[in-house]
Amino acid sequence: MNAFPWLTILTLVPVVGALFVLSFGGSNKNVARSIALTFSFIALAITLLLWAHFDSASGALQFQQQVPWITALGVEYHVGIDGLGLLMLLLTSIVVPIGILASSQIQERAGLYFSLMLLLQACLFGTFTALNFFHWFIFWELSLIPAFFLIKLWGGSRSTAAATQFLVYTMVGSIAMLLSFLAIFLATGKFDFIELATLAQHGQLMPAVVAKLGWHRFTPHHVALILFAGTFLGFAVKVPLIPFHTWLPSAYTEAPTGTTIVLTGAMSKMGLYGFLRILLPIFGAEMQMVLTPLLWLAVATIVLSAYAALAQKDLKRIFAYSSINHLGYCLLAIFAVAKFTGGDAALITEKYAAMNGVMLQIFNHALTAATLFWFVAMLEKRTGGLRGLNDFGGLRKVVPVFTGLMGIALFSSLGLPGLNGFVGEFLIFKGSFPLVSWATSISLLGLLATAIFILGILQRVFSGPLNEKWATLPDLTAAERLSLVPAIALMFVLGLYPQLILGFVNSTVMQLVQQLKF
Amino acid sequence: MLAWTIYISFLGALLLLLLPKGNAAAARILALLTALVTFAITLVSFLQHRTGEMLTVTDVSWIPSLGIRYHLAADGISLVLLLLTGIIAVTGILFSWNIEHRAKEFFAFYLLLIGSVYGVFLSYDLLLLFVFYEIVIIPKYFLIAIWGSTRREYGAMKLVLYSFIGSAMVLIGLIAAYVAAGEKSMALGDLAGFPFSAHFQMWAFPLVFVGFAILAGLWPFHTWAPTGHVAAPTAASMLLAGVVMKLGAYGCLRVAMTLFPLGLGPWGFHFLGFGSWRDVFAVLAVIGIVYGAMVALVQKDFKFVIGYSSVSHMGFILLGLMTLNQIGLSGAVVQMFSHGILAGLMFAVVGRMVYDRTHTRELALLGPMNLNRAIPFAAVTFVVAGMASMGLPGFSGFVAELMIVIGVWHAFPILTVCVGLGLVVGVAYIWRAMQKAFFAEAEHASAAPHEALPPITLPERLGALILIVVSVIVGIYPQVLLNIIVPALNSPLFNGLRQGGWR
Amino acid sequence: MSTVNYAQLWQLALPQVIVVVATLIALAVDLLLLRARPIHTRFTVAAILGSLGCVVAIARLVHVPAQVNVLDGTLLANPLTQLVQIALLVLAIATLLMATNSRFTEHVGEFVLLILVATVGMMFLVSSQDLLVIFISLELLSLSLYILTAFDKHRPHSSEAALKYFLFGGMSAAFLLFGFSLLYGLSNSTSLPRIAAAIHASAATGSPLNPLLLIAIVTTVIGFGFKVAAFPFHFWAPDVYQGAPAPSAAFIASSSKVASFFIFFQVMAVGFAGAEGSAAWMHFTTGWVPVLAVVAALSMVLGNLVAIVQRSVRRLLAYSAIAHAGYMLLAIVSHTQQSLGALLYYVVTYALATLGAFGVVAIVEQRTGGDRLEHFDGLSRRAPVLSACMFVFLLSLAGIPPLAGFFGKFYLFVSVLHSGPGLLWLVVLAIAMSAVSLYYYLQVLKRIYVANPSDEVANASADATTIRTPILSQAVVVLLAAGVVLFGCAPHLLLHWMDAAIRAAGF
Repeated sequence: MNAFPWLTILTLVPVVGALFVLSFGGSNKNVARSIALTFSFIALAITLLLWAHFDSASGALQFQQQVPWITALGVEYHVGIDGLGLLMLLLTSIVVPIGILASSQIQERAGLYFSLMLLLQACLFGTFTALNFFHWFIFWELSLIPAFFLIKLWGGSRSTAAATQFLVYTMVGSIAMLLSFLAIFLATGKFDFIELATLAQHGQLMPAVVAKLGWHRFTPHHVALILFAGTFLGFAVKVPLIPFHTWLPSAYTEAPTGTTIVLTGAMSKMGLYGFLRILLPIFGAEMQMVLTPLLWLAVATIVLSAYAALAQKDLKRIFAYSSINHLGYCLLAIFAVAKFTGGDAALITEKYAAMNGVMLQIFNHALTAATLFWFVAMLEKRTGGLRGLNDFGGLRKVVPVFTGLMGIALFSSLGLPGLNGFVGEFLIFKGSFPLVSWATSISLLGLLATAIFILGILQRVFSGPLNEKWATLPDLTAAERLSLVPAIALMFVLGLYPQLILGFVNSTVMQLVQQLKF
Repeated sequence: MLAWTIYISFLGALLLLLLPKGNAAAARILALLTALVTFAITLVSFLQHRTGEMLTVTDVSWIPSLGIRYHLAADGISLVLLLLTGIIAVTGILFSWNIEHRAKEFFAFYLLLIGSVYGVFLSYDLLLLFVFYEIVIIPKYFLIAIWGSTRREYGAMKLVLYSFIGSAMVLIGLIAAYVAAGEKSMALGDLAGFPFSAHFQMWAFPLVFVGFAILAGLWPFHTWAPTGHVAAPTAASMLLAGVVMKLGAYGCLRVAMTLFPLGLGPWGFHFLGFGSWRDVFAVLAVIGIVYGAMVALVQKDFKFVIGYSSVSHMGFILLGLMTLNQIGLSGAVVQMFSHGILAGLMFAVVGRMVYDRTHTRELALLGPMNLNRAIPFAAVTFVVAGMASMGLPGFSGFVAELMIVIGVWHAFPILTVCVGLGLVVGVAYIWRAMQKAFFAEAEHASAAPHEALPPITLPERLGALILIVVSVIVGIYPQVLLNIIVPALNSPLFNGLRQGGWR
Repeated sequence: MSTVNYAQLWQLALPQVIVVVATLIALAVDLLLLRARPIHTRFTVAAILGSLGCVVAIARLVHVPAQVNVLDGTLLANPLTQLVQIALLVLAIATLLMATNSRFTEHVGEFVLLILVATVGMMFLVSSQDLLVIFISLELLSLSLYILTAFDKHRPHSSEAALKYFLFGGMSAAFLLFGFSLLYGLSNSTSLPRIAAAIHASAATGSPLNPLLLIAIVTTVIGFGFKVAAFPFHFWAPDVYQGAPAPSAAFIASSSKVASFFIFFQVMAVGFAGAEGSAAWMHFTTGWVPVLAVVAALSMVLGNLVAIVQRSVRRLLAYSAIAHAGYMLLAIVSHTQQSLGALLYYVVTYALATLGAFGVVAIVEQRTGGDRLEHFDGLSRRAPVLSACMFVFLLSLAGIPPLAGFFGKFYLFVSVLHSGPGLLWLVVLAIAMSAVSLYYYLQVLKRIYVANPSDEVANASADATTIRTPILSQAVVVLLAAGVVLFGCAPHLLLHWMDAAIRAAGF
């Protein structure tokens, strides 16, 4: 439907917003924040509009637009969303306003800060709607710039090192990805994801690549694996997957909390989106070939990050490792889905369940992690930047509302039934267990560790004897309570009625799994 | 109408000399008006010209007894470069708005240079092309020697002598071709169509190619470039690195490769792994890419980083020319445009925005000045320019380099690895320079409060904005250039090249 | 003995006679009427009278074109000789007018006389194909030039230069005469075409060149090589250029070059036709061509390389003259119709540029006291018009388009290659040396445009800083610069005329 370019407009709205912020926000940080918030709400409104017009029954691409762009290179401007895309757009539209609201601590050059946030949002929108490698890659790369400067200029004491590490890791991954896609382009002349996926499904992709690019020393097997490895690296760094995760804790910790919200809520999902949109459809067969090592990596991600979180003393670092852990579950499920099942109907159903779980987990983690970091931001505001685990104690006596609401978010992160965090993880485990029992069993250890550190936070920060320093800590203001309500409410709603999301992703999930054909 | 770009520029130069001494403001305004008019002409012609073919602008008899005509013409490739010249002419003047010392002579030499560059791109008769090509040399000398900075007299003389030696080589080749073709005509079409013997082409091609490539900064004849560009005043650096180096590349394509395509063919024997001049120049170009990038990585002077980066980027253009396939050649022309804009932008930031205010270019001394707070506009501009220069998608550099890499892959697969290395080092040196100059963590941040630097003036903002917008336009919609470049490459003029191994 | 038609001779020599009469009138007026006046007035009057005479002579040449050959080439007139004579007269006028603000001598009338007598000598020189007349005219020219060099009695350099010039000149004249006598012995005639016929006859028998002929070639080359200041006969040039008073040096550098090269071409191409040999790379054969090729190559190299280290602008111009002589010899080496046209074009535009350059040097010397590079510092701010003209002259000498010097070089190289691809090595050498020459020309321009005036000048009042040039000199210099630019942008104007003349002369 080339009718109205909704998706292009959606991508441009934050850009316009950034320009407005730069022109009018200037020195007054409140004005800048308001403008930024306004535009992010406009983006949210458009996304909700898209949801309203979205046909949930079909798993096909909607709101498509296809315009020839650089004919010499076979590049078109091709955008469109299906259930997965819509999910990503929704979570981005929700996470960014949360990030902006949590950025009240930003004092200097607020205009620049908020415009960078909006530019980051634009890049995210662009990545989640692009269907041609060319502009998908443009947005993927461009998103690094605002993120880098957001971390470096407003971050903590070691922000430069953290930002540089973030940049270098992601760049290296991107370059590997670029090379793989260039090789594919040279072999097939295509940059379009949909066309490439079709080729892969019919088993024509790799033979074409090997025919054009085959080197005598490598078997066709190896060529395929090399290309897969390149693309895989790009996404593995982003999610992240152990052992490519070392940039994350410092980046999340040093970044200003508003930025961390966007990083964990939306940018990490770029990696998962890549797995689902690009890696699985195009390189599904290759994933199968190396499934066991991949599963080991996923398991390691889940378990090791959870135990690492246990050892942390800084709240942000704990939540950083916790992010790695939660997204590890998604990876486990994705790899499980890639496993060859030979058309067994029961197992196909399990795959559907696992994949649905991934979708839910993506959204729920975004919501929960964003809210958790938001709470940390509010805490920092009140304590002048302190956020150590041992700095507090017995806060529930002084800030009961805060404790209550944060407690809800913490329990959601833990995976308490009734809250949103539970559904995703449940479906993932349910779907993966029949497929890859051993991996799923070991991953349970991660759940255990998560429970321990979450309860640890509750105990050390909120329970126990009151730390006299904080006797006069102010509780949540009315404005803050008001703004938190939607997030907390959503946690309950999704916990009790996950159909809200499953409704529109299910068809896409089914189509995705069916296309895998194994 | 395009011919008027030349005449108006020269007229502007003449009028400037007649202005009374000491009135710098009048000089600037006159120069800017002249440049704007020529830019308008090139822009209008660019937008009107849809087909990309060679269209004659003027054709008058000049020296009938020798068959030499005053013949101006433009095709898609020329138009792209003419547009580039127009843009750099205007922005160069904007960035020179603060020149007070002997201002009218400065702008007079500047306009003379611009007019001659327009002339080179418009010439269809090869003697005319050579005449304009040589005229370019003299204003270059004076612009650097009078208004330059570091070692300006040495830099100017080195630059001029290298250019002159290059053009001497070209002259030998041109005269030999003219005489061999019967002394009937110097028109590009006539000489391109003349069947020179393969033996003749085998020595004429490298002679003329190297002659032009010296100006294009081919390794190892590139040493004039960093010295010269660093010594030059900002506008001159913008023009030199942005446009004049492209004259060399243009000459390589338009003259050397068009007239002597057989010179690119295989020698029939192998020497040190090379089998043809094409191999030799491709490898030299790649060495230039990597060497330029690596040397840029270790420079202490900010401007030298940009100077060596120009050498590296020109290597891309020369490599693209040697691929002899449509995508590589079109990529080379797009890179000519893109690098012209980006080099202009970077020299503007380093020379005008930073050096004119801080009076130092040492990276170690710039760091503590906290430039990202003192002159944030300069910092942002350099970040954008740097990203574009390293090939970030969304800007012109990415498209150009992508096309060249694809072209190289088709032609010399092994060299692609080296090119990739060059790209990676490219990211590194830009990053290093940016960090050290603008975003260095001042260890003694609060110690010495820096004197407030003068704010970025309106002409500088305008100039920077123009250049960035142009780069983004080409980055997002490269078809705007490719629409006329590709048909130009398919024209009958390049037939010889096509037969000689075009893929 | 064929009868001599004196009326015809008179008609042929009329232009020269006009000039002689004019010069006698100028001398008389100066000696008799103007002795009490200031030198400037005397110079102006004498120069104007002399110029008028030259103008009348030019008018005569233009209006009465002729194709006459008296006494087997003893004296001839054809469009080509007329063209060269007109060029010589124009150069003489320019020299006279530029000399008007000189102060170096009180013998104004004599000075003008010598210049014009030298011109007459040159006019006879170019219109003859007889060895004796050539020699006599050459001597008339040389003797005048020696005296002109010595004219500045206030400076010992002048006399020293003149003495060197005279001694060198005398020796080379002796060599020349010796060669001529051998030629007479070989051919029993002093007429160039007949000598050529005799050489052809002996060459046709297939025997190698007569050793006497070889000696004749060498001595002739020595004789003329001295005149044109080619290596290794150039040693007089730097001292003369530096020591002679400015107008004399200008005259020597411009007019005498035009005549000398023309007659050099005539003698070698016409007189020694048949004994050329070849200078093609790897295919050298005995004859005068390889000799000249070697002389040319060495002149180009030496002239350019030594010019680099000069600190005096006059000496720089001298060494550059040696280099340019090398280039022009290439035209003689290739001895075709086209190369004669190229030679003429080159030498005429070269003369214009050199004359102009010396004019500027003269003014600078007068106002700043010397001709070293330091004296030119900041000239562009002190005398913008003069500097612009110097810019034109020096860049024309360097061969930068769109000035005449570039086209001259281009046409020269085209004609050399056209005559045979074997001479490519000479062309390559010439172009390479041209590239070197840009360096030292730019050194002068650098001083003029880039360097700042010396401190005492800069601090002086505005009046003292600006150099006021006498109007007449400035007008001449500007006209010369305009000519150089014009002939560079539209070379066809001169070329057309020269090609027609050469064709008409039956070359």
